[in-house]
Amino acid sequence: MVKNMDVEDQVEALHLAHLLASHGYLFPVDDHVLTVKNDNTFYRFQTPYFWPSNNNEPENTDYAVYLCKRTMLNKNKVNLSDYEAQNYARLQKMLARKWEFIYMQAEAQSKVDKKREKTERKILESQERAFWDVHRPMPGCVNTTEIDIRKVHAKHKPKTVAPPRPRLCTHECNIPIIISNPDAPSQSFEKTSMDALKREVTALKIRLERRNIKLSKIAETYIMYYEQYTEYDPFFTQPEYQNPWLTDNADLWEQEIPTKEISVRRVKRWAFTLQEVLADPLGRQHFMRFLEKEFSSENLKFWEAVQNMKSLPVTQVRKFAEEIWSEYLAPDASCPINVDSHSHELSRKNMESPDRWTFDIAAAHVYHLMKSDSYPRYIRSEMYREFLNGSKKKASVKGIRSIVSFSSIKKEPSMTSVLE
Amino acid sequence: MAVNENGNESIELLTKEADHLKQKLEEERQKLNDVTLATVAERLEHINFLSNIKTRRHLKGHQSKVLCCDWCTDKRRIVSSSQDGKLIVWDAFTNNKEFAVSTPSTWVMACAYAPSATHIACGGMDNKVTVYPLTHEDDSAKKKTVGTHTSFVSCCMFPNSDQQILTGSGDSTAALWDVETGQLLQSFHGHSSDVMAVDLAPSETGNTFVSGSADKTVLVWDMRTGQYVQSFEGHFSDVNSVRFHPSGDAIATGSDDATCRLFDLRADKEVAVYSKESIIFGANSIDLSVSGRLLFAGYNDYTINVWDTLKCVRVSLLFGHENRVSSVKMSPDGTAFVSGSWDTTLRVCIFHL
Repeated sequence: MVKNMDVEDQVEALHLAHLLASHGYLFPVDDHVLTVKNDNTFYRFQTPYFWPSNNNEPENTDYAVYLCKRTMLNKNKVNLSDYEAQNYARLQKMLARKWEFIYMQAEAQSKVDKKREKTERKILESQERAFWDVHRPMPGCVNTTEIDIRKVHAKHKPKTVAPPRPRLCTHECNIPIIISNPDAPSQSFEKTSMDALKREVTALKIRLERRNIKLSKIAETYIMYYEQYTEYDPFFTQPEYQNPWLTDNADLWEQEIPTKEISVRRVKRWAFTLQEVLADPLGRQHFMRFLEKEFSSENLKFWEAVQNMKSLPVTQVRKFAEEIWSEYLAPDASCPINVDSHSHELSRKNMESPDRWTFDIAAAHVYHLMKSDSYPRYIRSEMYREFLNGSKKKASVKGIRSIVSFSSIKKEPSMTSVLE
Repeated sequence: MAVNENGNESIELLTKEADHLKQKLEEERQKLNDVTLATVAERLEHINFLSNIKTRRHLKGHQSKVLCCDWCTDKRRIVSSSQDGKLIVWDAFTNNKEFAVSTPSTWVMACAYAPSATHIACGGMDNKVTVYPLTHEDDSAKKKTVGTHTSFVSCCMFPNSDQQILTGSGDSTAALWDVETGQLLQSFHGHSSDVMAVDLAPSETGNTFVSGSADKTVLVWDMRTGQYVQSFEGHFSDVNSVRFHPSGDAIATGSDDATCRLFDLRADKEVAVYSKESIIFGANSIDLSVSGRLLFAGYNDYTINVWDTLKCVRVSLLFGHENRVSSVKMSPDGTAFVSGSWDTTLRVCIFHL
């Protein structure tokens, strides 16, 4: 079985086999503990009848019949384990009224069993036992038949989705990759409804009109993104400060509060996108100072105010919107911003009943302005370069060690662990 | 009668048109499908050093299955929710429990840390999303029910602000609530089955979010209009988890069909599938590393698989949990990730360079 699957090492194979066992697809011949060990014991596949994917939750009555049968088989020596005996006693109490029936059924079943050949009987017996080991596990074991309650919920709805049981056949898992069949669900659900169909058609038309980008270009952007950020991903590059989880030293996090020294890495990141500058409070501050020098800081201030408004409770939105209007957009505004007439007109209309999105178009316009105009100039400016160089100098003053680790990262990432 | 016939006819017509459009769409897509991501990524170096992922903290204290967890913005605190109805706030760094909140319900399937770190939110089988302040006083009086769905709350998050909560629910909708007034700011209809997960776009405006649902689809929503602007199909079973790529251009998903996938917003289609023959159990929860190269996915087979999103191969397999992994989350600075499991514990893992 293990050969059939694309498994990399023995540990994984064992884990998988163990899971199959604990879900009741596989069980050992001799032992009745559901686990798989790497010795030469033989394992038997459970008959499909007992696979959990075919069965619904078994009933207590069946369990009672099974336990009852087992007690009958071994009259002289009681063969039930402690927990089984406990369950047996509990069931006897619970199903007192039906007990006669259960007893009779157990008797009948064991008679049928006795007629069978010895090996066949043994196999059946062990299969049954494995089945109940799955469904009524020993206390303290993981009960694999438990289902996520979210899924149970979904199952009880009329529109049933595929039951959340793990599927056994690995070949099944391959199919999804090859065939793509996105239409099936929407078709079956919405066939009857005209409106839904119309909506679908318009949605499809819109999708057709979308200008999509070639996969090759997209792949390039992912790779570029990865290459740009790999320096900032602790799973690829050692963080500038020791990883606090490793050193039990929370310096890294505390260092970020006082901003006495700013690392090169951090400043370099600001040059990636405008979003990066604005995401870093320090970068935002610095960019703001640059804009002040250029006498265009009102753009950023307006944009910030609009973003802040979105995070306010609804009760305060109206007041805040009016403030923004009178400060930046009104004819007699104290700090007027330059937006095109269209977005200005839109904002004015929205002001009749202001909500959190009132200035969104205007803010997007301003953002675009900053991105295409002020930001590139900022990155090229002396001010940014000086700041970048300043942080480099500081780093070298601080100590050779940090610069060594920094430059070594740049040259040869694999060396860092040695140097550190 | 005539009306009826007309109706039938136009239904047929519409169906035909829809089919036709779908075909055209498929053709258009094929044209753009010039290479696969994995071939382009061939020039990248293999990631073969990840065997060194170690568990640094093992958080024990829940009485029952851990169903959800979330990081605090301070990068060291974690809130987790459990089937026993408890929420625990951990200082994962010191291994201490800082707060324990008992909720009146069981199956608390969603929890979230507010950006200001002063509040936590949770939701579950009680159909409600509730906000608890983190104070040592009698907090039962201070809790606040913000929103109520008509079915269970499967996920919740604060979208960049303490003042709003975004929820996904078993009633097939997602909703945005105002925390102070409990007002429903916007509801999002479009899924035909339970919404299992939501995630906010990393853009500076935060106007879009994505949702994954048991109807196997993934929808991208505009928060302003309440309409979805893009939809992605491809999964064969419930989509359990959705996350934006840090660039904001793609969405990674984990599903019950034992695969994880990557959907690109610009290509409007699936660009990668992460699956393996030996992985036959569903993926419950996923998250991406800072550079978007690594995808961490927690599965029902008790393991966490780490995928190389570009080369589309698995780079690591992590054992440790003794039951299903229900929740995987990257810490805000990407230095560690936490995994919550039905074995009642949480593990904080880091990469040992």
